[in-house]
Amino acid sequence: MSGECKDLLSGISEYLDGTASEALCAEIRRHMEGCENCRVVVDSARKTIAFYKGDQLVQELPPDFQVRLHGTLRDAWERRQGKV
Amino acid sequence: MSEIDHEALLERASESALVLKARSGDFEAFDQLVRGCERRVWTVAWRILAEREETENVVQTAFLKAMEALSTFRGESNFCTWVGRIASRAALDVLRSRRRERSLSLDEIAAEDDEAPVPHPELLVDWREDPTLGIEREEVRQILDRAIANLPDSLRSVFVLRDVQDLDTAQTAAELGITPGNVKVRLLRARLRLREELTRAFGGEAMVHGHMAGSGTGGLAAAAEVAA
Repeated sequence: MSGECKDLLSGISEYLDGTASEALCAEIRRHMEGCENCRVVVDSARKTIAFYKGDQLVQELPPDFQVRLHGTLRDAWERRQGKV
Repeated sequence: MSEIDHEALLERASESALVLKARSGDFEAFDQLVRGCERRVWTVAWRILAEREETENVVQTAFLKAMEALSTFRGESNFCTWVGRIASRAALDVLRSRRRERSLSLDEIAAEDDEAPVPHPELLVDWREDPTLGIEREEVRQILDRAIANLPDSLRSVFVLRDVQDLDTAQTAAELGITPGNVKVRLLRARLRLREELTRAFGGEAMVHGHMAGSGTGGLAAAAEVAA
């Protein structure tokens, strides 16, 4: 990995978040045109972040816990109402 | 106004209506608010803790706290974001107490991390065109879970706050009591480590045929061959 690749690495997050300066974005894009390895890293890092930000992989609650949770909340609610 | 903005506004309006009803004593309205974001809140706590009993405690505590504090909820953020913040704070407290049990502070570990140079990417292989094709949804979820659970606490907490909960750098720094510079370094490390892990699962042909790059210079050379 070249010195230029190393320099680019530290700017990847800002580039992917859209918070990098225009100059840095241009530098990264120019570098990626000639560097397949960096293009791959940036592309797969972008997909990695998208996976975790995406809603489609939000988890389901374990069903038994979900039932308990709503029961507990109802009990707590009624206790509060009783106090008022 | 775009359709998405319109939908968001409608959601906001119906959420505000539910909050008002809940404040006036309607449990069903509160319960509906909870059902609307319990999966999101669970996911945030689970991704920080990766332990079921602790996650259950944190999620339940977060909704109980939200119930107590409903009268102070001003609707500046949406309800899910608000409860999500309560849950992530509680989950981070659990992480800190785990550390205390092991007599290590989050920052002791983190300080070492932040000093070291950011490791170079090793697996330099494009992902398959549709990386999850042929993999069950549940298996994909487990791959993501395992990858994030393997991160050290100091990196995982930053990643979850920034990329799962969508807090900005300053908010993340404030939640964790670290500097914005630390947040940036840890986020980059976390993202790159997750990228390596997910590339193992979702990498294209080159991974499938066993041309996987190893570590160090040899690894990079092998990866360069694969990419060529």
